[in-house]
Formats: sequence, C-alpha cells, structure tokens
Amino acid sequence: MSAFVSLLKRDMRLAVRVGGGALMGAFFFLIVVVMVPFAMGPDLNLLSRIGPAILWIGALLASLLALDRLFATDHEDGSLDLLMMGGMPLELVVAAKAIAHWLSTGLPLVLITPLLALMLNVELRAMGPLMLTLTVGTPALTFIGLVGAALSVALRRGGLLLAVLVLPLTVPVLIFGVAAANAAIVGPTPFGPPFTILCGLSLMSLVVGPVAAAAALRHGLE
Amino acid sequence: MTMSFGQEADFIVASYAVTAFIVAALIAWIVLDYSAQRRILGDLEERGVTRRSQRAGKEGR
Amino acid sequence: MPPGTRLIKKPPMAIIDLANPTRFLALVNRVLPWLVAATVLLFAIGLVRAVHAPDDYQQGATVKIMYLHVPAAWLGMMAWGIMSVAAFGTLVWRHPLADVAGKAAAPIGAAFTLICLVTGSLWGRPTWGTYWVWDARLTSMLVLFLLYLGVMALYWTAEDPGRGSRAAAILSLVGAVNLPIIKFSVDWWNTLHQGSSIFRPGGSAIAPSILIPLLIMAVAFTLLFVTLHLAAMRNEILRRRVRTMRLMQAQELAEAHP
Repeated sequence: MSAFVSLLKRDMRLAVRVGGGALMGAFFFLIVVVMVPFAMGPDLNLLSRIGPAILWIGALLASLLALDRLFATDHEDGSLDLLMMGGMPLELVVAAKAIAHWLSTGLPLVLITPLLALMLNVELRAMGPLMLTLTVGTPALTFIGLVGAALSVALRRGGLLLAVLVLPLTVPVLIFGVAAANAAIVGPTPFGPPFTILCGLSLMSLVVGPVAAAAALRHGLE
Repeated sequence: MTMSFGQEADFIVASYAVTAFIVAALIAWIVLDYSAQRRILGDLEERGVTRRSQRAGKEGR
Repeated sequence: MPPGTRLIKKPPMAIIDLANPTRFLALVNRVLPWLVAATVLLFAIGLVRAVHAPDDYQQGATVKIMYLHVPAAWLGMMAWGIMSVAAFGTLVWRHPLADVAGKAAAPIGAAFTLICLVTGSLWGRPTWGTYWVWDARLTSMLVLFLLYLGVMALYWTAEDPGRGSRAAAILSLVGAVNLPIIKFSVDWWNTLHQGSSIFRPGGSAIAPSILIPLLIMAVAFTLLFVTLHLAAMRNEILRRRVRTMRLMQAQELAEAHP
C-alpha cells in the first residue's frame, strides 16, 4: 500500500513541479471555453443553453492534452521500465499514475468550472450539478485515456494518435455527462438516471482502464 | 421493363454506384498489393536472398 | 512395427495446419477462385432479386438502398467481431496467423462501415429530407468507423509490426467491450434529443418479398468479405516475408562489409 501511495505522491510532485502541467491544462480549458463565444456570438441565451456541452468538451480536450505526458516522460528516462520490473503489479502502478494525473490535472479543471460557467451564463443553481458531473466524469476521461496513452507510448507516435484512439471511446461519458448537467438546468428529464449511469461508467473505467493500459504497456514494451 | 422511381432514382443509383466504387477500390487495392508483393519476392529470390525455412529445407534434403 | 508409428492417418487439413503460413497460403490459393465464383454468383442472384423486389408502401423505391445498407452494417460489425477473436489469438493463444487475420480484417470492415454510412445518408435524403441524421444507428456506425480508423492507425504506423499488432489487438478488445456501451449510450442520447421523429432504415415489419432478396444480398456480401479477407491475409503474409528477407539481406550486407 505504501508503494502505491509513494508512487502517487511522486507523480503528483512531478506534475505540479515540471512545466506546470497542472496549470497548463486549466489554462487550455479556459482558452477553449473563451474561444466558443467568439465563434458563436455573444448571445447569452444561446450560450447558456450550450454551456454545459462546451464545458464538457473543453474538459475532454484538456484531459486529452495532458494524457500525453502520462507515460511519455517516464518512458524517456527509463523509469517506466523500472516500474514495470518492480514488485508492484503493473495495473496498480498504472492506477496510481492515473489517480495522480487526475488529482493534478482533472481536479483543477473542475475547480475553475464555476468561473467559466459564469462566462457562459450558466445559471447559478446549475453550478453544483455541473461540477458534480465533471468531478465524476473527469476520472472516467483520465482512466479511458490511460489506454490510449499506454498504446501510443509504446509506438512513439504521440499526441494525435492518442486523441484518435481515445475520443471515440469517451463518447458514452460525454453523452451522459452533458445529459446529466443539462438535466439539472433545463431538465424535463431528471438528473438521476444519466448521473447514475455516468457514475457506473466511471467505476467501470477505474477497472478496465488500468487492466487494458497495463496489458498495452506489457505487450508494447516487451 | 420500365422502372420509374422518379426523383428517388438518383439516390438509389448513387447508393449502388458508391457501393460499387468502394468495393472496387477495395478489390483493386488487394489485387495490386498482391502483384506488388509477388514481384518484390521474385526480385529478392532472384538476387539470392532466401528465408531461413527455405534454406533449412534445402540443407535438410 | 516400430513404436510411435502412426496408425491413424492425419486428416488432410487439420486446423493446426492453418497455423503454418505456407500451408495457409496453399489453402487460400486453392480456395480463392471458388470463393470468387460463389460471390459473383450470389451477387448476380441477389441484385436481380433486389431490382424486382416490390417497393415499400411507406418509403417507395428507396427501400432498395436497404439491400446495400443493412448487409454493410452487419459486416461492419462482424469484422470487428473477427478482429476481437483474432485479438484473443494474438494476445492469449499466440496463434501465428492471428494478428495477420486482425490486420487484414480492419480495412475491409472500415470500408463496409463507410458503405453503411454513405448509403444511410443517401437513404435519409429522399426519405427524411437531410443528408445526415443523427439517429442512433447511423451515429453508432460513425463511432465504429472512428474506432476502425484508430485500429488501422495502430496497425499501419507502427515501425515494428509485432508491436503494432499487439497494440491494435488490445484496442480491438477494448473497442469490443465498449461497443455495446457506445450503442446503448447513443440510443439513449438519440431518444433524449430526437423526440418523436424516428428514422428507421429497417422500416416496419419486412415482407418476405423484400426479406428474401435482403438475405441473399447479406450472404453475397458475407462471401465477398470472406474472399477479400483471405486475399488480404495472403498479401499480409507475403508482405511480412518481404520484410524478413529485406532484413536478412541488410544483415548479410552488413556482415560482408564490416
């Protein structure tokens, strides 16, 4: 257990320290969300209707960018090989890195959401549910993206391949995340069902993600 | 035999045409790839490069 | 008789023989002409039946597009199923031809999925007014097409074919697990946003006069898939031989001129 925690702490320290990967993700989120009104016009009604969707897509893209870093830096300096040869099961290694990644990249996204939601004229009473869906959904994005990151690190093809692989797999998370967020705002449909399904998807990804990513690392780097 | 589908005919014909095109392209790629690989293999064998299993077969006799 | 003599003759083509690429090539060379003939025959029959089939009372003659759209959809999904089985073969059983089967199936499956999307779009235009409708089935097919592109990227951009195959195998399995979830979520999303209008390429209950040509076309398309798949597998085996021989040639040259 302590090995798990120390790996987690190590990754977090690195993420917060090197190149500000944590802050960079939040900045990118901010910029993407700001771009949308430039493209669509300042019509506040329109923006408030599509606000949750924009925030979710921004979070998705920001997560995607940061995933590249997940294994690449360790692969380059050889620590990935060391981790693979170490005593801890590779699935747990991968899970620890993913949790650290979410804490340092996903969580900041959730925290600056209220600010961005204000810019998109999202109603105040919808902030809570919106942040809740992002809190539950961004781990799913990280853990699904894990698989793409593991596949592309072995092939050294980098960022765009990762996006191509991961985005179709995140479609369900996106659908239910936005649906839950919208239900809280506009809502003829209740918040419960899509949110529950979103939770289910996240929990599933907590298992499938590390297993598939570990397999990808093992097969790719052997 | 007259088949008058009216305006819809364009879409039906287009569907069959696109399908035929995609299938034809697939077939063409596979056929051309086959002859290309055969040609390259022929070249390599002419130059005396052989695979391990072929060599083993010859030596084993 | 010396001990160990086989008293029972081995059957001429045991499954285990298919693991040997050379024997597999011999098998394909023998079988392929028959498959081509069968495919052409079935398509001839199917197309004639399709042309003479009656019009749908709701959609008119455009239902004839269904004879292309539905089999293409089935095959697009079946190809992913084959890739998933092949993935098991690659990762778990280490069957030598498994990754060849997977790599060969991907472009063919992608092509059929594309046919499904395009014919679906062309079917939608006269029936429902727009070229693209975000109905559940078409949208699921679109996501499937994107997954195909991802798998093909893994197979074809990897420098080391072995690594690329293993990565693609993992993605095939992850995709297979995800496909029911994606289908379910797209269905859900569609009912949420569509409201009352329903776009059903399959239409209402299918009359036998329409169903039989559909089944014949489905068989024809399946034969086409099998033919193309075997031919593509043959190409891939030859391609790997070329690569091996080139590597050996390079090695010989390097040894000869140190």
